[in-house]
Amino acid sequence: MRTAATDLPVLKPFRAPPIAPSGLAAPALLGAGLVAGVAIVFAASLAVAQATGPAMRDGAVTILLRWLPLIFQGFLFNLLISVLSMALGTAVGVLFGIGQVSPSAALRQPAWAATQFFRNAPWLVLLFYAMFLLPFEISLGPVAIAFPAWVKAIIGLALPVAANVSEIVRGGIRSIPSGQWESAEALAFSRRQTMWMIILPQAVKRMLPPWMNLYAILTMATTLISVVGIQDGLTVTRAALVAESRPELMLPMYLLLLLMFFAYCYPIARLTMALERRFHVKG
Amino acid sequence: MADKDIARHRLGEPVVVVEGVEKAFGAFVVLRDVNLTVRRGETVCIIGPSGSGKSTLLRCINALVPISKGSITVAGRQVNDPGLDKLALRRDVGIVFQQYNLFPHKTALQNVMMAPIHVLKQKRAEVEERSVRLLAKVGLSHKHDAYPGELSGGQQQRVAIARSLAMNPKVMLFDEVTAALDPETKKEVLVTIRDLATEGMTCILVTHEMGFAREVADHVYFTDGGLIVEPPPPAEFFGAPREARTRAFLEQVL
Repeated sequence: MRTAATDLPVLKPFRAPPIAPSGLAAPALLGAGLVAGVAIVFAASLAVAQATGPAMRDGAVTILLRWLPLIFQGFLFNLLISVLSMALGTAVGVLFGIGQVSPSAALRQPAWAATQFFRNAPWLVLLFYAMFLLPFEISLGPVAIAFPAWVKAIIGLALPVAANVSEIVRGGIRSIPSGQWESAEALAFSRRQTMWMIILPQAVKRMLPPWMNLYAILTMATTLISVVGIQDGLTVTRAALVAESRPELMLPMYLLLLLMFFAYCYPIARLTMALERRFHVKG
Repeated sequence: MADKDIARHRLGEPVVVVEGVEKAFGAFVVLRDVNLTVRRGETVCIIGPSGSGKSTLLRCINALVPISKGSITVAGRQVNDPGLDKLALRRDVGIVFQQYNLFPHKTALQNVMMAPIHVLKQKRAEVEERSVRLLAKVGLSHKHDAYPGELSGGQQQRVAIARSLAMNPKVMLFDEVTAALDPETKKEVLVTIRDLATEGMTCILVTHEMGFAREVADHVYFTDGGLIVEPPPPAEFFGAPREARTRAFLEQVL
């Protein structure tokens, strides 16, 4: 063919090997340093408490060990709440996020308004609303569905989560190039098919890091439920301190709880960063 | 080319008829009074400077872009009819884009199989057999399981062609499909399109490949300022263009 044949010397594209992500070691070192730092502070505070405590009574370590199982149980309850409200918030948020990119204004505008409202509201206020506005039980004819406090707390925390997930989903969908929509449209895919089979599967990998980030934030925020009187890790810790009435234990006791959260949330944060890096390189 | 002429005489009914089409984006008129008839089995090339509305015209033909005035008929279906069944139209019209637009999360074979299975609701086994044949036809039998990111531009574009063909369209639109390719991979794609045209597929190409247009096209149209200015046979178009504007353009590019 005339066009393709050429005598001109042609430079072939040169593809440089990808530059190895430098500074990978730095965050790892930093992380290890952080863990070591917190451990040292914890040990030091414990030692101080042990040394300054009244001689007649139990040592700080003994008391801490006595309360550890209960505090840990409370912490597990925090995790349970976080998982359930994340699940609920994600389910609702995905629907709102898809609503936000709907071509129908009747769907798009309410989804946008709800998202903005709950995203910019203080979590604790939303939690108060959920606790005090939701009834104890809902009766559907003869069936009465009970609404214990912890269920209400899950709903209360799920509200801001849903709003944030909605934004993550909207952003993820918007980040897919318009050519994908165009070619799906040209292949006679319906809008719904395009969304679920072509756009969302691609967008999910871009949504995953911010979604995990949100989950870590939510997990730490679950301690808010202790304010509305639910027996979570923080409530138990506070009760333990009141029961022992040993002020020098305050520092190590709370640090113990903090360490549990840290041990759970920090790996999530690291994984999020790793995913972000991987997806960023792959484009 | 002789075979093709015979085929054309036998199957000459119009597939795409564009009459008095105008398209404006706000106050900016992209197409004005465009008339174009493409008969079954014909290959038509549209050339012209950038921004002259060539790609817009293609997008109007399969209703990706609505027209402002005039009428477009594809395989007897009125494209500008408000009650148009867009999905039915798009089953008849395949389009290949400059940027390939393959689905990056699916393999080459899955890309080809997706629309027939989910849109045409055809049986998977049937579709798979046909898709394997189509990939062989575009010379990519060995790349079934490759993801688009693992293919060269030319290979991706050939998968995109196979993907459109899998819908058994009555007409294929090509929107500057070689513009993003280097000369070598460009050739693979052009050969694929030429084979299609020779087999009697109705093709409308927007292209900057003058040599290709001259070799393959039954008609060459030149667009400028939204007007299609030259519909004579290609030899005359390239040999002795009637319009001054066409002459000026060809002097620049040939």
